[in-house]
Amino acid sequence: MGDFVVTLLTGLSSAAALFLVASGLSIIFGVTRIVNFAHGSFYMLGAYVGVTTVQTIGGGAVGFWVAILLAAALVGLIGVAMEVLLLRRIYRAPELFQLIATFGVILVIQDVTLWIWGSEDLVGPRAPGFTGAVTILGQRLPEYDLVLIAVSPLVLAGLWLLFNRTRWGTLVRAATLDRQMVSALGVNQRWLFTGVLFLGSALAGLGGAIQLPKGGADLLMDFNIIAAAFVVVVVGGMGSIGGAFLAAILIGLLQTFGIQIFPNSTLILMFLVMAVVLIFRPWGLLGRPEIPGHGVVEAPEAPLRPAGRALRTMGALVLAFLLLLPVAHLIAPSVVGDFSLVLTIEILIFVLFAVALHFIMGPGGMVSFGHAAFFGGGAYGAALLVKFADAPMEIAFWAAPAGAALLAILFGWFCVRLTGVYFAMLTLAFAQIAWSIVFQWGEVTGGDDGILGTWPSDWASSRVAYYYLTVGFTVAGILAMRRMLFAPFGYTLRAGRDSPLRAAAIGIDLKRHQWIAFTISGAFAGLAGALFVYSKGSVFPTSMEIARSFDALLMVLLGGVHSLIGPIVGATALTWLNDLFSELSYWRFLLGATIIGLVLLLPNGLVGLGDSWAGRRLGLASPGSESGAGPGSESGASDREAPA
Amino acid sequence: MIVKHVLTAGVALGVLSGGLATGLPALAAGEIKIGDINSYTRLPAHTIPYRRGATLAIEEINKAGGVLGKKLVFVSRDDQGKPGEAVKVAEQLRSRDKVALVSGSLFSHIGLALASWAKQRKTLYLAAEPLADALVWAKGNNYTFRLRPSTYMQAAMLAAEAAKNKNAKRWATIAPNYAYGKDAVAAFKRILTKLRPDVTFVGSQWPGLFKIDAGAEVQALAALKPDGIYNVTFGGDLAKFVREGRTRGLFKGKLMVGLLTGEPEYIDPLKGEAPVGWLVTGYPWQDIKTAAHKKFLAAYQARWKDYPRIGSIVGYNTMLAIAAMLKKAGSTDTDKMVAAMKGLSFDAPTGPITFRAVDHQSTMGAYVGWTVLKDGKGTMERWQYLDGADYLPSVEETKKLRKQ
Repeated sequence: MGDFVVTLLTGLSSAAALFLVASGLSIIFGVTRIVNFAHGSFYMLGAYVGVTTVQTIGGGAVGFWVAILLAAALVGLIGVAMEVLLLRRIYRAPELFQLIATFGVILVIQDVTLWIWGSEDLVGPRAPGFTGAVTILGQRLPEYDLVLIAVSPLVLAGLWLLFNRTRWGTLVRAATLDRQMVSALGVNQRWLFTGVLFLGSALAGLGGAIQLPKGGADLLMDFNIIAAAFVVVVVGGMGSIGGAFLAAILIGLLQTFGIQIFPNSTLILMFLVMAVVLIFRPWGLLGRPEIPGHGVVEAPEAPLRPAGRALRTMGALVLAFLLLLPVAHLIAPSVVGDFSLVLTIEILIFVLFAVALHFIMGPGGMVSFGHAAFFGGGAYGAALLVKFADAPMEIAFWAAPAGAALLAILFGWFCVRLTGVYFAMLTLAFAQIAWSIVFQWGEVTGGDDGILGTWPSDWASSRVAYYYLTVGFTVAGILAMRRMLFAPFGYTLRAGRDSPLRAAAIGIDLKRHQWIAFTISGAFAGLAGALFVYSKGSVFPTSMEIARSFDALLMVLLGGVHSLIGPIVGATALTWLNDLFSELSYWRFLLGATIIGLVLLLPNGLVGLGDSWAGRRLGLASPGSESGAGPGSESGASDREAPA
Repeated sequence: MIVKHVLTAGVALGVLSGGLATGLPALAAGEIKIGDINSYTRLPAHTIPYRRGATLAIEEINKAGGVLGKKLVFVSRDDQGKPGEAVKVAEQLRSRDKVALVSGSLFSHIGLALASWAKQRKTLYLAAEPLADALVWAKGNNYTFRLRPSTYMQAAMLAAEAAKNKNAKRWATIAPNYAYGKDAVAAFKRILTKLRPDVTFVGSQWPGLFKIDAGAEVQALAALKPDGIYNVTFGGDLAKFVREGRTRGLFKGKLMVGLLTGEPEYIDPLKGEAPVGWLVTGYPWQDIKTAAHKKFLAAYQARWKDYPRIGSIVGYNTMLAIAAMLKKAGSTDTDKMVAAMKGLSFDAPTGPITFRAVDHQSTMGAYVGWTVLKDGKGTMERWQYLDGADYLPSVEETKKLRKQ
């Protein structure tokens, strides 16, 4: 009995930090519609700043709590800085574009934190007066756990008062429901957004600072909390604080009891819960279904146009360049080194992966946060065949896209029922479940030790041969997907993206088309995975992890989601930049700063460069910009109700 | 029109080729390059000391005239904690920088990826820190060698010591939920049950790496009512586990055993809260009184104004091993270097080390002792250096473990 009670209380206390972080994330999303990936970084900053403030102020009975609140406020100010300097400038950009900006912020914060606080883990200061334990039914429970149990309801009550008893809170709630209406009533959204960013970031900072007596500060905290925070927000219902509270407690208890019953379940449990909730109640426990037409209204996208002469010429030249590169390597190895081929292979693999993701994301309007499942699915499909059937490369190569497609058929069946952020979150959940299975099922997948020895057959094992193989598959893959998008299937997909209602009215079974598109995209991602496995000679669960999914997302968004060459440009630029910077010691800072810079300069992605004067002169302009309907193009933006 | 298109393409090509043209640096005649790959951004607390130790050794070797009349050059690169990236960097080091061999890495999966790569590219790879048993056994290959005592060896040392406590019969384990944790628990279980058939293992906890829910794990362990607990968690997980376990009284009256817990990387961040009375493997650098180690310690502190961690000594020994191997091989030809590595013996600050020919594992040992608080900091007492050779399986057993 004592065991049960103490375990219950432990679960409640571990829900506290989770609730604080998730409620902040939920508030920010609810109002600004920004999926703030940098939220985990604010949590980490809260912990680091907290250690410093406690040291500075002194950890006395009052000083400790002042220091914790001060840390939260400081992190809130950092959130304000991010909003004013960065996000405010790109609210007009296509939805989700802000994601990239927050990616950049994550990278910058990682290196700045390393630079300020050093690499060694910091142990958190203890809370004065709460260092001991109380005995409950013969079991000991740390006193600080009781403090944490009390904090969540207090914060919840505070937030309720703020949102229901103040004018500012009323406006925030109104903005959550209908941004345009609030704006039409003359409310200055600019300050509303800044305030919300402060509140949300401060809550994340508080979460980081308040867990100090239970742990400390380390450089991996940011990525470790962000997935859990998303799970809580989605399970609770996006934008619902009460939901976040309920979900945090649910997840906290589930983890605590789950660990006792299934000690191995630590990695998978949370995501299983999220998947189940999303399948049966897509808008979360306390969220409400989105009212159509009241979300962010984007200007309709201009139709895709077949490649003009400029694009065809450019494509032919790029292809010629790719085909001739090894020749140049053979003629002048001192100018075009062996490594140029290695890097080009890597770039091409990611180009194929990004184009596959863009296939559903751009024309399909389905944003996947978990596409690494298919990249890794293909990689593992090929590697497993090698491991257990000793299959030659020629067979494994066909098995990879087939395996990934099967996975996509399974996941897609559940996912296409949802739309928008909920779709994205369900793909994330499935990707994490797939990752956990690969990670834990050591007997088959080798777990963390991966599968080794997946090298190409003899005829393809020379660098040049494998290079041509990669060029062949990538180019064929891209052209095949392009062809599909200009076939009736592609038009149907785009019709469904632009107006699901009208598409349904003319008799299109939209879900089925989306399911097929999802499967095709998965298959090509799997092909990219197979190319990856054979270029590296081994595969590990890292090829399926969240970071891999985000890389692809970043490539598509950075390149420009509205253009078919966007993902190609984005993947090339990002892979190349990554390689360029990675030799330097603070490469994350440089990469992050570069991404932020690009976001600010080119809010339509790198392809948006084409909309500039020089781009128009060169005939690079994206199809929509000439008609003036392209989102973000000068004439298009002025008649849109921009939030800022 | 035509001009426009050519311009367009020219821009595109320029962008592409700008990134690809990799000029080949002129190969200086009097240099031997060593390619170093490690997770410098992902786990800086563990890898920066490694690089410092390695750099110190290189500087000392060069000051003494280098090897084979040539200077050693240390080309150090970050792998971002990703195996795919590590393989790419290895390709770059091999083809662009023309390194003679590749060394380094900390994460086991990255070590395994590099081992697989080394076999394919027929390049010598000296794994410095990765602990996975598979690296030299199940997945071992002709081109891969490993310096640091493996998971199995360190677990074997602890199990042998733990077996001496006759009161600890019910054992529970807690380890991070990935290959290293599983290997570490499996090895400990196997050896302890062999030495003491009367012990039982009553349960295992598997928190996610760096995602421990310490309160819940401690509750779960307490519910198992063990006499002894074998801990494999480290880093932030260890700090949380120790704090929570102490507050909840988990450690009282139990034999606590911690793999790697005594290494400065892990015990120092705990400061005054370091666990006391745990049986651990570690590195009590302050108290090692051999002349060779004193010399190393003085040189390290003079060079870096900091004290060495386990990574430092591993980095230092790695470079000593490479220098000794080059002397023995008399060339940077890979086949000759591989032949020289087999059975290579050299003297390190920690004592003499030999690379076994049968599995390419070095006999570098570990310091085993009991944790204690001294001047508000955790360290080790009653420790001894155990030679790795005594804790490795016999040649016949090893041949069975190693497929090739």
